Amino acid sequence: MAPRSPLPTEPPAPRIEVRKTYKLYIGGAFPRTESGRSYLVSAADGTPLTNACRASRKDLRDAVRAARKAFGPWADRTAMNRGQILYRVAELMEGRRDQFVAEVAAAEGLPVAAARDAVDRSIDRWVWYAGWADKISQVLGTVNPVAAPYFNFTIPEPTGVVGLVAPERSSLLGLVSRLAPVLAGGSVAVVVASETRPLAAVTLAEVLATSDVPGGVVNVLTGHKRELVPVLAAHVDVDALDTWGVPAELREAVEVAAAENVKRLARRPPGVADERFDWTDPRAAQRPEWIAAFLEMKTVWHPIGS
Amino acid sequence: MTTTQHRDSLTRERANELIRAWDARPGTLGSLLGRVTAVDQVGVEERVEALRRRSIKKASKLWALDLAIRMIDLTTLEGKDTPGKVRALCAKAVHPLPGDPTIPSVAAVCVYPALVAEAKEALRGSAVRVASVATGFPSGQTFREVKIAETRAAVDAGADEIDMVIDRGAFLAGDYRAVFEEIVEVKEAAGPAHLKVILETGELETYDNVRRASVLAMAAGADFIKTSTGKVQPAATLPVTLVMLEAIRDFERQTGRVVGMKPAGGIRTAKEAIQYLVVLYETLGPRWMTPELFRFGASSLLNDLLMQIEKERTGRYQGPDHFSLD
Amino acid sequence: MTTETPKLRPWTGDRAPASWGLGEGQAIPWEYAPAPEAREIVRLRERYGLFINGREVPAADGATFTSIDPSTEQPLAQVARATPADVDRAVRAARRAQRRNWGALPGAERAKYLFRIARLLQERSREFAVLESMDSGKPIKESRDVDIPLAAAHFWYYAGWADKLDYAFPGRVARPLGVAGQIIPWNFPLLMLAWKIAPALAAGNTVVLKPASTTPLSALLFADLCRQADLPPGVVNIVTGPGEIGMHLVRHPGIDKVAFTGSTAVGRLIAQGVAGTDKALTLELGGKAANIVFEDAPLDQAIEGIVNGIYFNQGEVCCAGSRLLVQESIADQLIGKLKDRLATIRVGDPLDKNTDVGAINSRQQLERITELVNAGVAEGAELYQPACELPERGFFFRPTLFTNVAMSHLIAREEIFGPVLATLTFRTPEEAIEKANNTPYGLSAGIWTEKGSRILMMVRRMRAGVVWANTFNRFDPTSPFGGYKESGFGREGGVHGLHAYVRLEDR
Repeated sequence: MAPRSPLPTEPPAPRIEVRKTYKLYIGGAFPRTESGRSYLVSAADGTPLTNACRASRKDLRDAVRAARKAFGPWADRTAMNRGQILYRVAELMEGRRDQFVAEVAAAEGLPVAAARDAVDRSIDRWVWYAGWADKISQVLGTVNPVAAPYFNFTIPEPTGVVGLVAPERSSLLGLVSRLAPVLAGGSVAVVVASETRPLAAVTLAEVLATSDVPGGVVNVLTGHKRELVPVLAAHVDVDALDTWGVPAELREAVEVAAAENVKRLARRPPGVADERFDWTDPRAAQRPEWIAAFLEMKTVWHPIGS
Repeated sequence: MTTTQHRDSLTRERANELIRAWDARPGTLGSLLGRVTAVDQVGVEERVEALRRRSIKKASKLWALDLAIRMIDLTTLEGKDTPGKVRALCAKAVHPLPGDPTIPSVAAVCVYPALVAEAKEALRGSAVRVASVATGFPSGQTFREVKIAETRAAVDAGADEIDMVIDRGAFLAGDYRAVFEEIVEVKEAAGPAHLKVILETGELETYDNVRRASVLAMAAGADFIKTSTGKVQPAATLPVTLVMLEAIRDFERQTGRVVGMKPAGGIRTAKEAIQYLVVLYETLGPRWMTPELFRFGASSLLNDLLMQIEKERTGRYQGPDHFSLD
Repeated sequence: MTTETPKLRPWTGDRAPASWGLGEGQAIPWEYAPAPEAREIVRLRERYGLFINGREVPAADGATFTSIDPSTEQPLAQVARATPADVDRAVRAARRAQRRNWGALPGAERAKYLFRIARLLQERSREFAVLESMDSGKPIKESRDVDIPLAAAHFWYYAGWADKLDYAFPGRVARPLGVAGQIIPWNFPLLMLAWKIAPALAAGNTVVLKPASTTPLSALLFADLCRQADLPPGVVNIVTGPGEIGMHLVRHPGIDKVAFTGSTAVGRLIAQGVAGTDKALTLELGGKAANIVFEDAPLDQAIEGIVNGIYFNQGEVCCAGSRLLVQESIADQLIGKLKDRLATIRVGDPLDKNTDVGAINSRQQLERITELVNAGVAEGAELYQPACELPERGFFFRPTLFTNVAMSHLIAREEIFGPVLATLTFRTPEEAIEKANNTPYGLSAGIWTEKGSRILMMVRRMRAGVVWANTFNRFDPTSPFGGYKESGFGREGGVHGLHAYVRLEDR
């Protein structure tokens, strides 16, 4: 009889996990940065977590190009269709709940219950904005009673490519609160994620990629804000800028650069410090004005007569 | 003639002069195009969507696939066409599926003028006709004399049918009279050959323009109106085809003249071809369901029709290897 | 036609049609397949109960009635026949649910329930579409492409309002009314259910809904869907039965709001039924819409709009374009085109995907249509019907066109609610407006012209709640729908559709 191979006597080794690579999200795909650079992302308590891509100006250029290409078709969809797509994102976020909770807890140093609350609110907030897509024009649009025989109406239309500098401290809820209104209004986004806490943004990009959001409608770049934000602010093919997460020392230069092509600016409300802002408060952080910030109002005249 | 009658007839004469002067203004076609019916884009596209959902009986489907083959103008229009290429195309046109005598020949072969003689020779003895493009195909951007001479030469070389292009530049610039006169002259130069007039609907863009160009072409003597050269996207579409068929219907009602229609370019599958036949049937009825009045300008469509016929007969989905490429 | 005929070159074609073995004038082998949608997707039960407080229950006295398929006259199922005691139970359940649960739930959570319902309707859409066609007689291509998707879209739209009422009523706090009693007709059973239930629930109300007696089944399948969505018991209650049960619901002291869609005659009774009470009321009643075609209209598309306007859903539509007003200069041409077009309309089995016009909903309705058509002939109007074969059994009526109709004719004034079009002519826009408005109804109207300013001028002058320009019978959950005059009051759809279900208080 042939000898049998010996049975293992030591306890089985712990299973080695397959670690995720955090890449950029551009045009519906996940490329690495063309610069080949990365930087180390740590948890709030200093524990090293992973490398993230350190995106370059060329990545940013590609992202803006992808966003511009995606804008026409996205804006042309019916509002109901956009709303349904956004709701689908929420469905998939719900499925990734645990992954988000782990990333938020580690990145922001939150106890699990608080992280779970932040993630749940992110999902619910996304649903809230999804439901606005086919209603915002009823609230903001008007028929204007001009004093002449003309039918006159005002309709809101999406602004276009929005550069979004994500809030630095609130890695998921803050990002969702600023990104969802852009999409609900029919615009597209190039996101510069939180520099110190980028991981939830990349996971959100993975959710977007597997939902029905067309490629290019949202693009997510991770890296150093001082490298990326000035380029975004000066880019002439970007129509608007959400400056919430712009570092204080860059703010004025950014706004000066943005003025070159008269970008619309969405800013933090005066006196509001990012450190103390309570993203969980819906009255503060869930507002249709944030959709309106990225809408253009078009007014039309037509004579009335046989 | 009394003075009042004399005065009356002078007035009438003067009125007619004024009308003639008005109609002879450069560019316009006066009352001809003034009353072209408007076309609503959304309405057209909705009607097409409803018609696309019709499904026909299996036996009717076999007949439709057979009819579609018999309606094909098998086409090659490339700079790199050679006599060899044309001969192979003609062989396929006569016997699309060698070894299967139940498969009919196509209606015609469509080639550039320089290859007409070759095609004519290759098709000798068959009922398949030779159609030649002409008039500076595909752009039409050349001199009138050249267009007329080309037409005559193609007919002399043996073309049974001429597919001409309208002058889109003149049309979009509003010089409808020039477009009209050119068609009249080409029709004359084509002699016994039957004339198809290509509107190039992809460049006309709006359905209003397509209807206007259809009316203009039919009034000028077209035997067929055709959607496209196939060199511009979009080529044939169901909505554009519906608009043209409606124009043909109204023209026949008003003048008694029966004009045919040919969608060309972009029709690749048997399923699409049957949808075109449904639109044809529900707009113009059974009288137009004949190659004499409806053609498909296509090349790869033929193989898909053959595959679908085989599938209907055997129940098995087919692969492309069993059907010759040319 | 005043177009000058151009000088034509003679057609020298003397070629015979390509032969395929058919003689001159012989019919071509072109036939549409029966293409039936499979019935098996619906698991029909023999018996259905009422849906009260989240459970299916028999009527208090066990009574049932039969729901039949009007295209075959075959019975589909036995359905519980509610008694006044059952209505009482349902209203109590609705009140409890509203007070203890639904009314107190944050809007965002109500929204999520409604989103679930919308998604479930999308998932089970084929099942609902087939059942709807079997029970009502409408063609499957309509239930599949119009009724069910619009119903899902309605829940979808109002779900998003549930937590945004502050923005629908700026400066005010919107509170639910409480319990709504809702009575719906048989022409769009599931869609009318959606139009009623979605806004009511979004605003925090609970409902007791009574479907029409000939079409209860899709509402009962909807009850199953509510269970699948884990909707709290008592939020939606469905009581099936004859018209009297509806009146009982209307008069029940326990409801705060009545919503009714149906005929003007019954609408009057309902309005009388809430007289002297504090109940809120909305009514969506009948119509006799004018479809107005000017000489510059896109004629071929206008034909589609006319056909869609009066033959869609067998003409059993409150907003149907039942009067065609055509400008005299193109009347002959348009009528000629219309008659040609009628020849391609297919009447038959509702489950056949090729069917354009299905079965009339009931024997009673068929008799009414026949009566009115006979009256039209007796009045001297000219009748035209295409020669199409009707199935031997079932309630079917051919698409019908009357010409030479005068405004004084019965068929120009009475709502027929069937596939019957009355045609009149006019000379000027002013005359068209006068004729269009000369009716106690005011639900909808259609205008066909290329001229934008004329559209807007007519829109201003038409006394109708919905005006379609260069289209007809278009519906959307964001678009408010409702009538002027005796076509009712209140709007369904859009922000305006929320008004009916809230009480506004100061901040």
